[in-house]
Amino acid sequence: MKHLLALGDLDRDELSDLVSLVATFEEISQRSIPKVPALRGRTVAMLFYENSTRTRLSFETAAKRLSADTMNFSVGASSVSKGESLRDTVHTIDALGADAIVVRHASAGVPKQLTRWTDVSIINAGDGWHAHPTQALLDIYSMQSRLGELEGRRVGIVGDIKHSRVARSNVAALSTLGAEVVLVAPPTLLPPAVERWPVTISHDLDAVIDSFDVVYLLRMQSERQQANVVPSLREYRHDYGLTAQRAERLRDEVLVMHPGPMNRGVEIDDGPASAANDLITAQVTNGVAARMAVLFMMLGSGSEMVAEVAVS
Amino acid sequence: MAERERRMTPPFGGVFVSTNQVMDQEQVDRAIRRMAHEIIERNNGTESLVVIGLQTGGVPLANSVVAALEQLEKTKVPVGSLDVALHRDDIGLRPVMPEAVTNIPLDLDNTIVVLVDDVLFTGRTIRAALDALTSFGRPKVVQLAVMIDRGHRELPIRPDFVGKNLPTRRNEVVDVNSEGVDIGFMEKYT
Repeated sequence: MKHLLALGDLDRDELSDLVSLVATFEEISQRSIPKVPALRGRTVAMLFYENSTRTRLSFETAAKRLSADTMNFSVGASSVSKGESLRDTVHTIDALGADAIVVRHASAGVPKQLTRWTDVSIINAGDGWHAHPTQALLDIYSMQSRLGELEGRRVGIVGDIKHSRVARSNVAALSTLGAEVVLVAPPTLLPPAVERWPVTISHDLDAVIDSFDVVYLLRMQSERQQANVVPSLREYRHDYGLTAQRAERLRDEVLVMHPGPMNRGVEIDDGPASAANDLITAQVTNGVAARMAVLFMMLGSGSEMVAEVAVS
Repeated sequence: MAERERRMTPPFGGVFVSTNQVMDQEQVDRAIRRMAHEIIERNNGTESLVVIGLQTGGVPLANSVVAALEQLEKTKVPVGSLDVALHRDDIGLRPVMPEAVTNIPLDLDNTIVVLVDDVLFTGRTIRAALDALTSFGRPKVVQLAVMIDRGHRELPIRPDFVGKNLPTRRNEVVDVNSEGVDIGFMEKYT
């Protein structure tokens, strides 16, 4: 695998291999010295055109735990503010000897475009509303480590699906792995052509909440309220928030997940948020392992490194 | 030869074809019991001993060695497993297998670590293992037990406990399996 642009590009076997590789790296993260020399001498450049805390830090931690060097690039402090084009910036990074570029950009398709301009491995860390493959990978891993195989499991994704690359990537990955995905949102927050997605759609959270193995809440961005897609955040909470009353109707062993940062009192109430905090923190921890797996796949090995399991 | 090399990956790649069985399972079991005696003798018992099997071929042997140690000394001996794939100098040539887990149940500070592997050949796996061990603490001593020492070392590494010294040609392959030890060659997939 040369680039990672979207999890939808992977077939089921490739995705399962990648998910199981995450476990290897999770073990490394738990060592007293969590560092292996696997990517010694490799350089990973972080090209973030959009703000990010956890994705960026976690990619950086992942690279360092694999002994790779990192190059950081923030738009404000670089020649981009002098008007350098994306293409020239990428050529510069290429010339400095990067082996991989981790890119986040507000426009969908930027990572794909970069693959046409350079031979360096491109890893998508979020492009517009399109995809956020490493987030979905860590979500899948978090689910699998608690639930086992996801085949036939019912996952509800609740909230602003339309503007969410996390939701798109999760839908792609979950349906590849055979899970059943239910999108729960008001019609204004569903993307166009959603009827062609491999999902069921509901506008009534109360009707479906007790059927889920996983409830995945998306962040309700307050900017959206100004765009008049929901009447008010209070009303959103009333209809789609995970309130204490709704939390009681969840199955006992349900997983409540959130990509962070949480808006307590909007998509999730304080009580359920604290109850789910374990897993939501684990999501962040697993994020490092997931990104280590991705970097290792891109730079350490090529996908042939994860050989098929021989029957003996 | 471990599971890892059974796969279609360079520098091996292919199917193992046995030409000769050099040890049967009974001989392997006797060798394990003798090595257990030697380990106890060398270390004056099993106090602060930790046995670590190298993934994948060393893990079942480590378990057998620990079973023998516990039977002789009537005490528990901690056992772990170590996957050195990410520490190798030929990384990229061998697969990293998710099912080859590293599990070291305790801090290795001031312990006596006995590394166990099936076949000692170039010594590169052991070099990688020594490197990997440093992430888990500072053992007092590290010793090496192998079922087969087949020679052809490329690094200054020697075993402390050996099941059998087996002179080989470089291009031969030694396979430790559940029925004993075989010598043979790899037949390429066509």
